Amino acid sequence: MKYLLISLFVSLWFNAAIGQQDVLIKNGTLLTITDGVKEETDILLSNGKIKSIGKDLAAANARVIDAEGLFVMPGIVDAHSHIAIDAVNEATNPVTAEVFVGDAIDPYDIAMYRALAGGVTISHAMHGSANAIGGQCETLKHRWGELNPKSFVMEGAPRTIKFALGENPMRVHGEGKDIAPRTRMGIEQEFRRSFEGAKRYKQAWADHQSGKTKKPPAYSLRMQTLADILDGKIIIHCHSYRADEILMLMNVLSDFGVDKICFQHVNEGFKIAPELAEFGAHASVFSDWWAYKFEVYYSTAYNAAILTKNGVITSINSDDAGLIRHLYHEAAKTQRYGSLSDNEALRLITLNPAIQLGIDDRVGSLEVNKEADVAIFKNHPLSVYATPQMTIVDGVVRFDINEDMDDMRMEINPEAMLPAFYEQSEGHEDKCMQGVNSEHHHHAHSHHQH
Amino acid sequence: MKYLSIIILCFTSLMLKAQMIEKAKKGPFLLTNATIHTITNGVIEGDVLIEGDRIKQIGKGLSKDQASIIDCTGKHIYPGMIDGGTKLGLSEISAVSLTNDYNELGDFTPHMEALTAVNPNSVNIPVTRTNGVTTVLAKPTGGLFPGRAALIDLFGYTPESMYAGFKGQILQYPSTGKRGRWDRRKDDEIKKDAEKAMKKLNDFWSKCKTYAAIDSASTASGGNIEQYNPQLEAMTGVVRKEEKLMIRVNKKEDILSAIKFVNKHSIDAVLVGVIDGWRVADSLVKYNIPVITGPILALPSRDSDRYDAAYTNAGKLHKAGVLVAIQTNETENVRNLPFNAAFAANYGMGVDAAMEAITINAAKVFGLEDELGSIEEGKRANLYVADGDPFETKTQISHLFIGGFMVPMENRHTLLNDEFLDRFPSNN
Repeated sequence: MKYLLISLFVSLWFNAAIGQQDVLIKNGTLLTITDGVKEETDILLSNGKIKSIGKDLAAANARVIDAEGLFVMPGIVDAHSHIAIDAVNEATNPVTAEVFVGDAIDPYDIAMYRALAGGVTISHAMHGSANAIGGQCETLKHRWGELNPKSFVMEGAPRTIKFALGENPMRVHGEGKDIAPRTRMGIEQEFRRSFEGAKRYKQAWADHQSGKTKKPPAYSLRMQTLADILDGKIIIHCHSYRADEILMLMNVLSDFGVDKICFQHVNEGFKIAPELAEFGAHASVFSDWWAYKFEVYYSTAYNAAILTKNGVITSINSDDAGLIRHLYHEAAKTQRYGSLSDNEALRLITLNPAIQLGIDDRVGSLEVNKEADVAIFKNHPLSVYATPQMTIVDGVVRFDINEDMDDMRMEINPEAMLPAFYEQSEGHEDKCMQGVNSEHHHHAHSHHQH
Repeated sequence: MKYLSIIILCFTSLMLKAQMIEKAKKGPFLLTNATIHTITNGVIEGDVLIEGDRIKQIGKGLSKDQASIIDCTGKHIYPGMIDGGTKLGLSEISAVSLTNDYNELGDFTPHMEALTAVNPNSVNIPVTRTNGVTTVLAKPTGGLFPGRAALIDLFGYTPESMYAGFKGQILQYPSTGKRGRWDRRKDDEIKKDAEKAMKKLNDFWSKCKTYAAIDSASTASGGNIEQYNPQLEAMTGVVRKEEKLMIRVNKKEDILSAIKFVNKHSIDAVLVGVIDGWRVADSLVKYNIPVITGPILALPSRDSDRYDAAYTNAGKLHKAGVLVAIQTNETENVRNLPFNAAFAANYGMGVDAAMEAITINAAKVFGLEDELGSIEEGKRANLYVADGDPFETKTQISHLFIGGFMVPMENRHTLLNDEFLDRFPSNN
């Protein structure tokens, strides 16, 4: 099956070979995010970086792209995704800090190409939400066409880990396995127990290294990862919905001196926006998903706007292979629901998610010396009539609407059957439950996708 | 200090007001100086008079005693949008199974009536209508014949008062596709399952025909059918071509098979979903079968298809000459109907055709083109006032009318915004 996929969907990789050529995008309207809107301005990409921004730029041997009448913006960053990985949940224990999504990168997932076709250059490939403390995540660059799983890793991006509150861990462990946590009280204790253990683990190693103890403690990747969280080496991205559970985790983190946290989904973030702002917690939200489960019944599509207006660093994410293709449209919904300005809305899918992933010094805005991740749109990206034209990652064109193929198979045999047809699932669910009890669940309710 | 308390008092009273649920208001209403997008008669400048549940008059300088006047200078009036397929009212929270009323047990449940289970007070309904969606098809799903769908207006206190004049049976045509990514059946298993389902369908259909024939004979002789069967009874209208059959079918081969089925049994059919429709548009045109396609904001159904296959399908069908309406197939986010139509518009359909798809074309599909889907005198007053193109995300809708009532613009989402945007601090 794998070989079939490889032969089917290896495409565009030849682009990479010519990728080192400079790219000069002429006369576009630049939506820089950090330095306003620059009309009829050029941007030169060289060696994977933005080399210069200005009028009448010239570069010998550069590929020139005429962007007159088009909009040029930084590549869109999705702070919550599960595309391009072929494992999501290690749902065997309420705490699995040792596992790593980066071990399961799938270079052939067509969803990556489709994300590029929506202007998205970076996605945060996350572990699922089955466990209170899930696995470590990976920040991916959409270098579609590369074949080595490692080539999608954004080198040097900070480590991140998935936490999860509420119904999902309660359902998987409490209801599914009859072990704690079955309640939001139980979930709190998973964190406290884990962090207390990590404190002792750290102390044991410190004692050994200082010569206080002779025998080294038993090495545990799980405990070491938790210790790294206590040391501020890992950013927590926590699946969460309800205000009470979010306040709980902030209390726990305060007790252990941890402050790097981005709440994910955080549908009730609007209820405690001042508390989130005071803590310095970030929020990465859906534009309008709600009511698909009880813990999101008291939601509002004004969430992103309320959080933004209260000073919380907020992003809009997809969590979904379909939504990721139109994050620009999802960001635009904050103008219907909350009347955010163009720049505020665009920040939700560029600089803000970059801040949440700790990569804002490298991407998220059009600035000289930042990485050459660029999306070019026909019509303003916040217009419902926006159409992504070209998406560039590290200076390499990875999507071009004019080169896009009607059929993504590498070899098309008219005699052969079309690849599998998938009926559409109905209804929404956060996709953080992939790989958990799917057979059972789908036999019971064939209309849901998890 | 005095001023401060006055300010606080004003602020508090504003908050209190925002938390009150307004009631709908009765007309007559005179909407003046608007740009009226009639859909069927172009764009005109003028006034619209709403009286009772009807659009009474359209013209310039209209007047009416006791009418509430709504100045629409600089604003746009559009007919309410119609979603060709939803679970709105039939499901409150999809993950909480006891709030789901769209899927009765069994493969053959055509006697199930969606209208019976529509909850007029679903929190999802105000969230939907305030985006200009005034009318939706509430449909059951699951099995082969899950029940009878009903078109409802999104305002009313009883299902009957929401009923908008169309009911139709649903057939979920046997699929030879995978049910989803999680479907691990092998190709031959899928084929076998589909053949089995097809046999069940054909067997049931011949029973329906026999039953309808006996029923006709019984009625002709002045009696009642002896062996009453609720399933078969519910199908008599479809067999006699007196009721529409809405056939959900998506994959190319299945669409062609469904078209054969329709022709063989002379069915008054609408095809629903029709994701592969662009591959067989000729056949749909040839047999003059209308389509309710969507959702548009969806992934392609094959890994090999162009990234925009779902965006472009509606436009391709329209250009081929198919009568196209659009569905979101949604529950809590039916409010995204205008954005689904907008994506269809942007990816080949054009703005006018896409707007028609969710107004007059939907009305035509349901046989209600004299009642709904455009701003015309005598039609049901389902319309809204917007400050711009209703497809554009930025646009705000200011007034909403359903069945002549001015329906408040509040919903759970706006109320939570009103309460929490400038929340009082909790700790001091």
